[in-house]
Amino acid sequence: MTGPAAAANLAAATVGTPLINFVIFAFFVVVTLVIAVSAAGTNRSTTDYYAGGRAFTGWQNGIAIGGDYLSAASFLGIAGIIALAGYDGFLYSIGFLVGWLLVLLLISEPLRNTGRYTMADVLDLRLKAVPVRAAAAASTLTVSLFYLLAQMAGAGALVSLLLGVSSSAGQDVVVAVVGVLMIFYVLVGGMKGTTWVQIVKATILAAGAAVTTIWVLSRAGFSLPGLLHHAASSSVAGNAVLGPGLEYGVSTAAKFDFISLALALVLGTAGLPHVLMRLYTVPNAREARRSVLWTIWLVGLFYLCTLILGFGAMWLVGGKQILAAPGGGDSAVPLLAFKLGGTLLLAVVAAVAFATILAVVAGLTITASACFAHDVYANVLRGGDTDPAEEVRVARIAAVVIGALAVIGGISAKGIDVAFLVGLAFAIAASANLPSILYSLFWPRFTARGAVWSIYGGLISAVGLIIFSPVVSGQAAPAGGGGSSLISDPHINFAFFPLTNPAIVSIPLAFFLGWLGTVTDPSPADPARFARMQVRAFTGVGAERSGRS
Amino acid sequence: MALFQPNHGRASSTTAPQSGRGSASGYEAVRASRDFWTLRRRFGSFVVPACVLFISWYFLFVIVAVFAPGFMRISVFGDVNVGLCFGAAQFVSTFAIALSYRRWAQRRLDPLSDRMRHRLEGGRRQ
Repeated sequence: MTGPAAAANLAAATVGTPLINFVIFAFFVVVTLVIAVSAAGTNRSTTDYYAGGRAFTGWQNGIAIGGDYLSAASFLGIAGIIALAGYDGFLYSIGFLVGWLLVLLLISEPLRNTGRYTMADVLDLRLKAVPVRAAAAASTLTVSLFYLLAQMAGAGALVSLLLGVSSSAGQDVVVAVVGVLMIFYVLVGGMKGTTWVQIVKATILAAGAAVTTIWVLSRAGFSLPGLLHHAASSSVAGNAVLGPGLEYGVSTAAKFDFISLALALVLGTAGLPHVLMRLYTVPNAREARRSVLWTIWLVGLFYLCTLILGFGAMWLVGGKQILAAPGGGDSAVPLLAFKLGGTLLLAVVAAVAFATILAVVAGLTITASACFAHDVYANVLRGGDTDPAEEVRVARIAAVVIGALAVIGGISAKGIDVAFLVGLAFAIAASANLPSILYSLFWPRFTARGAVWSIYGGLISAVGLIIFSPVVSGQAAPAGGGGSSLISDPHINFAFFPLTNPAIVSIPLAFFLGWLGTVTDPSPADPARFARMQVRAFTGVGAERSGRS
Repeated sequence: MALFQPNHGRASSTTAPQSGRGSASGYEAVRASRDFWTLRRRFGSFVVPACVLFISWYFLFVIVAVFAPGFMRISVFGDVNVGLCFGAAQFVSTFAIALSYRRWAQRRLDPLSDRMRHRLEGGRRQ
C-alpha cells in the first residue's frame, strides 16, 4: 500500500490493517499468558511471589530490568521527539542511560545485600522505625501509580492508532482490557511470571528495534552522515534539527526546565521502585551487579537505535505526517515501520509497543502490590506479625485494586504526553527515594527523623511543585514537553512555579531535609545498626538467600 | 585465627563476631577491623571519583547543550556536528565506566568481600 491508499488510511485515523494488528496483539497476549501460567507453578512463598524465588541469573534479570525500564515512553516517545525536534530527543535519551551508572556503582549491590523485597526493607534494617517504613511505602506507591498512569495513558493513544479505535469510549475499553490482562499476569504469574514476560518483551523489543534500525540504515546506504543529511533536508527546520534547542526552547525558564529534567533522569533511575525491586530476584549481590551491566548494554544500544529510528522517521515519514497522525510524535515509529515494511512490519512494531505497555504495567503493579502487602499491611499495620500466605493473599488483592486505580487513572489522563509524565515520575522518585537510600547506606549519623523528613519532604515538594506548575494550570497553548495544562482554561491559573519539572528544587530540598532532620533529632543514630548495615552491604553477610539453595 | 587485624587498638580478632544476625556490637567490631577498613577505602577510591566524573561529565554536556547550542552545531565532518559527537561520547563513557567498574570490582573488591563473608559466616555456624 503506497500513495493514495496510505493517505486514505491516515485520513481514517489509522494505518495498516487493524485486523492483522489485532491478530498479532492477540498472539503476543496468548504467548505471554502461557508463559505466566507455566512459570507460576511454584509460587508459594512470599519470596516466590515478590522476588521470583531469587533464582534468576544476572543476564535474565538484566534483560528483565531493561524490559521494565524501556517503556512505551522510551520506544515511541523518544523516537517521536527525535523525529519532530531532532537532537533534543537524543539529549533526553542520554539521561535515561547515564542514570544507570548510579544504580551500578552505589545502589545495586548494597541494596541486594541489605533488603528482602522492597526499598523500605533497606531503611528498616538501618533505622528500625515504623514511620520510616510508612514514609517509604507512601513514596513507593506514589511513584508506581504515577508511572502506571503514564503507561496507561500511552496505551489508549497507541491503540487508537493501531487498532483503528478512534472513539473515546473504545479507547477506554482498550485501557480496561490492558488493566485486566496486567492484573491476570500479576495474580497468576507473580514475580516469576512477570519476569518472564519482561524477558520475552525486552527480547522482541530489542530485535524489533534492531531490524528496523538496520532497515533505515540500509536505505541511507549505511551512512550515518547520509541519514542525518536526508533527515535535516526533509525537515522544515533544516539543519537546526541536528543541534539542541528545538524541543526545549530558548527562554530562560525552558533552559532551567531542561536542566531540572536532566537531574530527574540521572538521579531518578536509582530511585524507581520497580527497578529496585527487580534487584532482589537474583541470588546474590554479584548477580545484581551483572544484571545492571546487562541492563546498561541493552538500554544503551536501544537508545542508539532510537536515534536512527527518529531521524529515519524524520526523513522517510516527515514531520507533517507524524503531527497529523493520532498520537502525534508517538506515532513516528509505527508510521516509519509502515513506510519501510508495510502492514506486516507495522503490525510487528505495534505488537512490540503493546507488549511493552503490558509488561511495564505488570512490573509496576507487582511492585506496588508488594509494597502495600509487605510494607503497609504486614509491617506497618500488623507490626510484622503475619504469615507469608496471608501476605501473598493481601498482595493479590492489592494488585487488583491497583490495577483498577490504574485503569481509572489511565482513562482520565488520556492525551497527556507519555514521555513527559515519565519525566515527572522520575523527579518524584529521585526526590523521595534516593536521598534516604544513600544516607542510610553511607552516612553514619542518619536517623529516623532524617529519613521521614527527607522522604515526605521530597515527595510533597515534588508533587506540590507539579500541582503549582504550568503542567496543571495556566497554560493554554502547547509548550515545552507537555501541551496545554490539565486545566486548559487560561483564567484558572495557580502556576506560581515556572518550571514543568520540579527536580531542580525538590531533590536538593530532600537531601537538605534529610540532613536537617538528622542533626535536629534528639535521639542520635545507633552506631551498631550502621555497622551492621555497612558490614552486610559490603560483604553480603546475612543477605537473603536464593529460594533454591 | 588472625581474622581482623586490630585497628585503632579497639577491635581484635578475639572480638570478631561469633554470631551474625543478633549481635550488632559484633558488627561494630567487624566494621572497625583492618580488612573492612581496606574494603571501604577501596570501594570509595573507585566509586566516589567515578560518580563525580560521570555526573559532572553529563552535566557539562547538558549545560553546553542548553547554554551554548551554537557550539554544539559546529560541524565536525559534514552533517555530523560537535553535539552528536558529544552525545555519542556520553554513551561511550557510560559503557567504559560500567566495564571498568566490573573489572576493577572483580579484581579488587570481590576477593576481599568474599573472604570476609566466608569467615563471618563460618564463625556463625560454629
